[in-house]
Amino acid sequence: MSLSILKTGALATVQDAGRYDGAQWGVPRSGVMDIPAWLIGNLLVGNQPDVAAIEITLGGFSARFDVDCVIAVTGAIAPVTLDKQTMGQWRSIRVRAGQTLRIGFAESGARLFLCVSGGVDVPMVIGARSTDLAGGFGGFAGRGLKAGDEVALGQAAGPAPDGWVRAPERGDVLRILPSTEWSAFTMAAHQTFLSEAWVVTPDANRMGARLAGLELPLAQPLEMTSHAVHPGVVQVPPSGQPILLLADAQTTGGYPKIAQVIRADLWRMGQFRPGETIRFVEVTLAEALDALSEQRHWLARLEMQLKWRV
Amino acid sequence: MNPVIQPLGDTALVLSVSATLEDQRRLWVMQRLLQQEFPAWWVVLGVGNLTVRFDPMIEAAAVIEHGIELAWQRSQRGLKVASHHHDVPVVYGGKAGPDLIRVAEHAGLTPKQVVERHAAGQYIVYCIGFLPGFPYLGGLDPQLATPRLDKPRLKVPAGAVGIGGAQTGIYPSASPGGWNLIGHTDLRLFDPAMIPPALLAPGDTLRFVPTEVRA
Repeated sequence: MSLSILKTGALATVQDAGRYDGAQWGVPRSGVMDIPAWLIGNLLVGNQPDVAAIEITLGGFSARFDVDCVIAVTGAIAPVTLDKQTMGQWRSIRVRAGQTLRIGFAESGARLFLCVSGGVDVPMVIGARSTDLAGGFGGFAGRGLKAGDEVALGQAAGPAPDGWVRAPERGDVLRILPSTEWSAFTMAAHQTFLSEAWVVTPDANRMGARLAGLELPLAQPLEMTSHAVHPGVVQVPPSGQPILLLADAQTTGGYPKIAQVIRADLWRMGQFRPGETIRFVEVTLAEALDALSEQRHWLARLEMQLKWRV
Repeated sequence: MNPVIQPLGDTALVLSVSATLEDQRRLWVMQRLLQQEFPAWWVVLGVGNLTVRFDPMIEAAAVIEHGIELAWQRSQRGLKVASHHHDVPVVYGGKAGPDLIRVAEHAGLTPKQVVERHAAGQYIVYCIGFLPGFPYLGGLDPQLATPRLDKPRLKVPAGAVGIGGAQTGIYPSASPGGWNLIGHTDLRLFDPAMIPPALLAPGDTLRFVPTEVRA
């Protein structure tokens, strides 16, 4: 039971929820860059929501299945074909042994998720199946997939639904809460941060994205000791140009943190592509928690609905 | 500095204290207490600070804040964490330590004196972070403090022993880095197949033992 990789595009890695316990050893979280898309993909193929999948950056991927299975392609929007027949995304797709899946270049969004019934079967390393690219461990041999790789698939847990889910709208806004060093920046920096359309530079990967815009000056020089950072932290190095930390971010950093993307919006971060712009909008803690609660209810509702479609 | 607890977004709280060894010892105790009593919280230790990440749909920030306050108070009682001592064998200078001469010139010492002073220190692991298994060490002789390189190297090999500003440390894996490299150790600091995967833990002590000094 396996998947033969024919083509991978820019980057394709095996990911799951990541290593939440790794920080005590300096191990980054890793894991999927868009948690809802991955969870929903798993529900569409009848998996437990937290089973490992393949995360594909910007598309350009193809693979052949040697077993009958159910798949779903969620996340960014791209043309998807199965033996040259056009298939929809964000829906359950029945695949027969020998068929070839092709995912073209993404039309919008940056990360796609290929979920397969039974999940991707790679060894657990430090509590997760996620690939740590910087450390070279976890996932498939600690690296991105290459043409010729045979990726083992797990045993399907049960029947898969015949389901379809509407893809959420990403928009160009990330909602933020001011972070621990917010008040160390000038008033002008606060205004700039919240009014600028920040350009995602080509210097963006799974660790973080450098953003370009007006400079964000500190009111006075600030000596910082090392402190925890995690996905969604917006830190500002001496250049004054912010860095948005993503799934593979280091566990500690030393730059002042101006803002934190709210948990309900973390999924959006990984779907921006170089050249696109981000606007940061400040919300209150209560609004952030309402948004998270709403997102959890949406996911719980989908899970219930898809269970009835088996 | 009085302890301060601040939110870091909607899913984390940060306790900041002073970066003294005295306060850091209390953070080590806190880290263990919190990990034992609240396994659902993710505790990350920094230098002079400790961050707790949590799921705000499961626990309220006020509960976490109270837990942090109590653990900080309890850490006062002179509790000690179990710690280990490590001797780190180092080849100093030559290709293993291309910046040894730069450090010596900056300190106004000979390379041999730099090695002697570096190896005379008793170092203590403040925390682990930055890279998997990377120790933030206290205890560098202030005279050996050397500014980071203007242009960081694109690739520093695993096992490189370096000085960056007032800190010394060991690169557990190959990575870009701006520290002055003075030596190399074969000791493996991080192995994902080990349990735990990091050799060093906060509170551990270490000494650098010169096995060879190259010109």
